[in-house]
Amino acid sequence: MKRAATVDRVADALEPGWLVVACNGMIGRELYTQADAPTRFYMIGSMGLASSIGLGLALVQPSKTVVVFDGDGNVLMNMGTLGSVAAAGVTNFYHVVFDNAAHGSTGDQRTISDSVPLEEVARAAGYRRALRVKGSEGLDAALATFFVDPGPAMLLVEVERGNQPGIGRVEPEPPELTARFRSAAMKSG
Amino acid sequence: MGKPFLDLLERLGYNFFTGVPCSLFTGVTRILDAEPRYGYLSAVREDSAMGIAAGAYFGGRQPVVFMQNSGFGVSINALVSLHQIYEIPALLVVSWRGQGGQDAPEHLVMGAVMEECLRLFQVPFAVFEPSTLERDLGGLTRTMRETRKPVALVVPKGMLQ
Repeated sequence: MKRAATVDRVADALEPGWLVVACNGMIGRELYTQADAPTRFYMIGSMGLASSIGLGLALVQPSKTVVVFDGDGNVLMNMGTLGSVAAAGVTNFYHVVFDNAAHGSTGDQRTISDSVPLEEVARAAGYRRALRVKGSEGLDAALATFFVDPGPAMLLVEVERGNQPGIGRVEPEPPELTARFRSAAMKSG
Repeated sequence: MGKPFLDLLERLGYNFFTGVPCSLFTGVTRILDAEPRYGYLSAVREDSAMGIAAGAYFGGRQPVVFMQNSGFGVSINALVSLHQIYEIPALLVVSWRGQGGQDAPEHLVMGAVMEECLRLFQVPFAVFEPSTLERDLGGLTRTMRETRKPVALVVPKGMLQ
């Protein structure tokens, strides 16, 4: 599966009020270009920290569903956070990892996720559930139930390398992204 | 000194606590670890603590991040490419290991450049001084709210142990 289409497919499976924290690089840009909403935050720098941001948010807004869109390079960069998420036991935390075993934003240089199965790391760290899917049928089947059961849970989706043409940068200035996301996150209900 | 310090933080509106410990503020972490009402999250790294603090701010809280100054080094990319550009306010409570060149070797370099480092990264800060703490922290908090960017309280040896 192409990553951009996969990001869009997962975004489609989310309910409107759910909060999304997207990692830096192409994954956040693909989400922004294809499915932007005020409930979606794009981390343009600070690689490795999307899961930390999602954790802080999930802790203080326990009634809201928090979904982190992450990449293998990001997870590997701050793998200790998998332990923090598991230890905090945030049941409203869902971690979707788009894994192409490469740094897609800097020219597809390889990572090490082809020999380090990140869903197994998450499971060992104490995530309640962690699964790997490949192909669109597997993804559709997983999406049908993934967000129904409590987290913390990881859905790792294997995707192809390569970037889709026409994916732009995240346009709003960072303070504007903060203001709109914070207001969406603090909204009751 | 730990409890009055935490009381002061709460009076100033801080209501989310995370970080990585240092022996120079054990008087605070002892309380944070023991009393669930603070909801203290013991982070694995200082940059992760900064990310957790950012998430808590998005959810409506005003965070404090505790760290040793060695960990300030770890936190710098989060500070500049997350908090400062996105305007995410936080109080960083940073210990001052290596102050005056009197400490274990691993703390001497950061201890010597600590204040310069905070100035270089444009983090307004005050050094913990009991007689003026309330005023200093009040001033820092106002600056943090106005700029919506992190400020730091530097904690020398003996102040919060």
